[in-house]
Amino acid sequence: MSTATLATPVATAAEEPAATSPPVPENCKTVGRVTADGALLIARGVNVFYGEKQAITEVSIDIARNQVLAMIGPSGCGKSTFLRCLNRMNDTIEGARVTGSIVLEGQDIYDKHQDVVQLRARVGMVFQKPNPFPKSIYENVAYGPRIHGLAADRVELDEIVHTSLQRAGLWDEVKDRLTSPGTSLSGGQQQRLCIARTIAVNPEVILMDEPCSALDPIATARIEDLIDELRESYAIAIVTHSMQQAARVSQRTAYFHLGDLIEVGETDRIFTNPRHKLTEDYITGRFG
Amino acid sequence: MPHFALLVALAALAVLGYWVGKQRSLQLVGGGRGIRKLHSLPAYYGFLTALWCALPALLIMAVWLLLQDTIISSLVLSKLPVALRGQNAGELGLLTNDIRNIVLGNIPAAAARPEVLVAAQDYRRLQGIADLALSGLVLAAGLAGLAWVRSRINPALRARNSVERIIELLLLGCSMIAVFVTLGIVLSVLYESLRFFHAVSLDQFLLGLQWSPQTALRADQVGSSGAFGAVPLFLGTVMISGIAMLVAVPVGLFSAIYLAEYANRKFRASVKPVLEILAGIPTVVYGFFAALTVGPFLRHTGELVGLKVASESALAAGLVMGIMIIPFISSLADDMITAVPQSLRDGAYALGATRSETIRQVVLRAALPGIVGGVLLAISRAIGETMIVVMAAGLAANMTANPLEAVTTVTVQIVTLLTGDQEFDSPKTLAAFALGLVLFVVTLILNVVALKVVRKYREQYE
Ligand SMILES: Nc1ncnc2c1ncn2[C@@H]1O[C@H](COP(=O)(O)OP(=O)(O)OP(=O)(O)O)[C@@H](O)[C@H]1O
Ligand SMILES: [Mg+2]
Repeated sequence: MSTATLATPVATAAEEPAATSPPVPENCKTVGRVTADGALLIARGVNVFYGEKQAITEVSIDIARNQVLAMIGPSGCGKSTFLRCLNRMNDTIEGARVTGSIVLEGQDIYDKHQDVVQLRARVGMVFQKPNPFPKSIYENVAYGPRIHGLAADRVELDEIVHTSLQRAGLWDEVKDRLTSPGTSLSGGQQQRLCIARTIAVNPEVILMDEPCSALDPIATARIEDLIDELRESYAIAIVTHSMQQAARVSQRTAYFHLGDLIEVGETDRIFTNPRHKLTEDYITGRFG
Repeated sequence: MPHFALLVALAALAVLGYWVGKQRSLQLVGGGRGIRKLHSLPAYYGFLTALWCALPALLIMAVWLLLQDTIISSLVLSKLPVALRGQNAGELGLLTNDIRNIVLGNIPAAAARPEVLVAAQDYRRLQGIADLALSGLVLAAGLAGLAWVRSRINPALRARNSVERIIELLLLGCSMIAVFVTLGIVLSVLYESLRFFHAVSLDQFLLGLQWSPQTALRADQVGSSGAFGAVPLFLGTVMISGIAMLVAVPVGLFSAIYLAEYANRKFRASVKPVLEILAGIPTVVYGFFAALTVGPFLRHTGELVGLKVASESALAAGLVMGIMIIPFISSLADDMITAVPQSLRDGAYALGATRSETIRQVVLRAALPGIVGGVLLAISRAIGETMIVVMAAGLAANMTANPLEAVTTVTVQIVTLLTGDQEFDSPKTLAAFALGLVLFVVTLILNVVALKVVRKYREQYE
């Protein structure tokens, strides 16, 4: 891709490698520190192709525990594509191909022996449009625990459903109507239901692709609060088009541009003092 | 063919009318510059003129042609000698036919009686007059319409609104034709069925266990008084449709699942057309396939394992009908499955569901109402299917639950009741209408329920 057009990096990516992380490839042009303390999911030199077309070029970044990583960038720059690599959702797309390595706690998730089912139980995902299953509210949340056999009996399952809905901040609103269809909820409630569904399988990482873009400001605020609470227990990566949202919920921010990861850094620093020209243009609104 | 020439002339007049109307409107506002002063575009004034020129004239022509023959015939007949006229209605009808046939040249004139020849000449003369009068009237009506609209054209005339209104009425007329024809069929079936139920009581028909519709054709015939208990037919229909659905639902549904969820694009692109070809095979071809291949095959196989299989069996007909219905179910189910949004699949995959879990527990679950609707439609097709069962299931109204025996269905009995020489008011013939009514009511209910279910499902994701 067009790495040649980028300005000279101000700092190299590998300047302070974390002890646990694999080394960052030499050709990494990303500005800022791509590694993080407590890294759980580690991407190194990831390329994604859709058929002949390359959508992601040489992306290296860590996703760490108890931290929210925001991914921002103009439309079509590959944020969703990268996010979907992290739990191998790209497997379902015909013609999609991933190279490089993505390691979850020491194990390459693209290894032949990796079981996708287990991987996705550990790396959950929330989508842009709420997508509750055509089942009851209860069954929506119980679905994951059921297919993974997480509950020994009905009592345990009830307990999981209860705590998941509670942590997603939805319990009080739905406790009297657990048997009504998930689709009967409002958009914001549906999205929280989807979050409850995701945390019900007790993942380690939660990936969110523009989880608020279909919601009104109040529902959005609730989800943002929720993300902040979930940070206590999970590693979270969120794609967003709202820079305010990135600033509010995240601790680290990554800026993507045309398939390249341009800059990574502490959210406060990125928004007050971007080092790369493209990042600066984007957050000051000089870029589409 | 003077009527055809007349139509061409009328069409030409309408084209002229279009041109006149358009020019007139332009002329009123002083040419193309003034178009904005007109309420509608000039073409609409043209259309309005053409429509008023053609439609009333066509209406007159249609009515005239409808009545012409009757009127001329009665005029001709009234001039015939009393000896010929004073016959009963049937023979008078034959006479009229003879005259018309001579006029049309279907019978050589030499073979006819002299009085009839005279009458035929009279008929021809009157027809000539009538044609001339019709041409004059139609063209006059066309011209009158043209002149009338032209005189009314002014810049404020809402030509567009009028044209659109007329077109709307034309469309309404066409849909009314469909509605009335359907209504007419339903009413006539209902009426004939009621006549049947005068002869045979409703509960005898619906609950009777014996079906042998041979009634005495002549008063002196004995031994066939007729029994109209339709239960054996209902049972046969249910059994054959049931066998068909047992074949078609699993095969159709599973192939749809494979095509929609597992097959790659290339396989899908080559298999779907084949399924569609299967849907395009005429049922009569399936019919002889059932009668000549499947039936004997089943009988031989039965012999090998010591089972007695009739050469015309419910099993053979049901199996082949099932094959016929496979593409119907698979293409409907395929539509329903592909209509399930990808986001639902993504949601399940993201929770760690396997492909088969996703399909069984999420995709099929979401598509279920639509699939059920499709299956109901397929059942109503199976019930109404005739050709295969006529050829492969036999005619014997056996009261049996054994699929290896010959049975008969409602549709087959309708066919046999109405083929051959019939007396049209015997209970035997009327029974066909009663059976038709039952068939109609059942398939109507199935279709209404099915369409409701399908529609509800469609709304869910739109
Ligand atoms: N299934 C696919 N097949 C082919 N190309 C794809 C596919 N999905 C995405 N792409 C291409 O990959 C590039 C990155 O797409 P992606 O959806 O990751 O962008 P994005 O950053 O998420 O954009 P947005 O902010 O609009 O969601 C785009 O150029 C897109 O056209
Ligand atoms: Mg996206």
